[in-house]
Amino acid sequence: MSDLFEPNIVAFVCNWCTYTGADLAGTSRLTMAPNVRIIRLPCTGRIDTLFILKAFERGADGVIVSGCHPADCHYTAGNYHARRRFAVFRELMEFAGIDPQRVTFSWVSASEGGKWAEVVNNATEQVRRLGPFQKYPSPAAHAGEIACKS
Amino acid sequence: MQELRDLAKKLLLDKQVNAILGYEWDRRGARPAFITEAGDCDRLVFDHRCVQNLAAYLSPRRANIAQLGRLAVVIKACDARAVAGLIRENQLKREDLVLIGVRCGGVVVNPSDSEQLNAENIAPRCVGCEQREPTLADHLVGETQSAPVGKANRDLRLSEIEKLNPEERLSLWTSLLSQCTRCYACRQVCPMCFCERCIADKTQPAWIESSPHSRGNFSWHLTRALHLAGRCVDCGECERACPAGIPLGLLNHKVARIVASRYGYAVSDDPSRETPIGSYRLDDEQEFIA
Repeated sequence: MSDLFEPNIVAFVCNWCTYTGADLAGTSRLTMAPNVRIIRLPCTGRIDTLFILKAFERGADGVIVSGCHPADCHYTAGNYHARRRFAVFRELMEFAGIDPQRVTFSWVSASEGGKWAEVVNNATEQVRRLGPFQKYPSPAAHAGEIACKS
Repeated sequence: MQELRDLAKKLLLDKQVNAILGYEWDRRGARPAFITEAGDCDRLVFDHRCVQNLAAYLSPRRANIAQLGRLAVVIKACDARAVAGLIRENQLKREDLVLIGVRCGGVVVNPSDSEQLNAENIAPRCVGCEQREPTLADHLVGETQSAPVGKANRDLRLSEIEKLNPEERLSLWTSLLSQCTRCYACRQVCPMCFCERCIADKTQPAWIESSPHSRGNFSWHLTRALHLAGRCVDCGECERACPAGIPLGLLNHKVARIVASRYGYAVSDDPSRETPIGSYRLDDEQEFIA
């Protein structure tokens, strides 16, 4: 056993592009970090920001969100809506103190198995550098236990 | 004030509306009032203590108010943005309402605050507000007002928080939000929170934990701010209603600044204007996507 920190990373991916791309990465026998658990959804437009918060609540150290490139969405516009939603979410999250480096957004098409392996490896490396996400608010963190700094 | 009362009287006597939704004096400042008799119109008032956003009463879910039939509503510029939001989102029909716009030079934080409006007690959201009168209104009453002046500066407070490092920000928000008892006053008072069933009330699956601990509170308040992205009319009611004194307006203001800088969007009282979330452009910035 090495004492290297192994992060838990949850990937929310769209069925039509990234999931197929990840499948391609597998069938092409590409080597990638084993830290990522994939959750398949119909479209990036289906990915609620609450999914990301819930992943952190349940102990994820990092999250990947990935779907079809712009103009490739199976449902025409799901990824465009998602792009706006995540742009706002990402900045709000940063304002609230969650390091945006813990959440990776990417477009990976069905033919980009190599890019998926790269996204997974980069995200794993990045989150490993940041360390375990223990600071996410927990039920134990009540007013008395946290010194208000402002 | 007499202008407002005369107009209300005329609307009721002409049977243009069944009730007037406005403000009246109460021992703790101003409070919302439903006037159905022309003789009661002299109770109507408006000044800087009329802080409540009466658009919150217009949600179609409020069946007891819908029963009243056609309404005339007294609205400030910020309330007009909420009415426009409800029309935009198909909750209201413009022709079902008579809107009495009042010219507003800023309000205090609580209806029970001082009889004098000054730079100390003016609500922070009014400082920098550029709209003196609603453009959506059918009638416009009151004297011309000058732009409000105040010492509070929300942008400064935001940039102070932005200057902290991420860990400090997280513990600041965890600590502020840990005061939340999840009474949902912020949701109930919000004119734009009109979902029949709120995501926070869903238990299977429970996306937002309902017990008032930091984890559930964090999730609730971030989600609340996001669901109001580009929709929040900055009427300040959530912050006023919060019994724990959490600066909820800061989260909303932050989100408003995000959509302003990314999508050039400012909330308006034009119902035909699209909101930033729910619309998109093919060439939206995507610098954060690999």
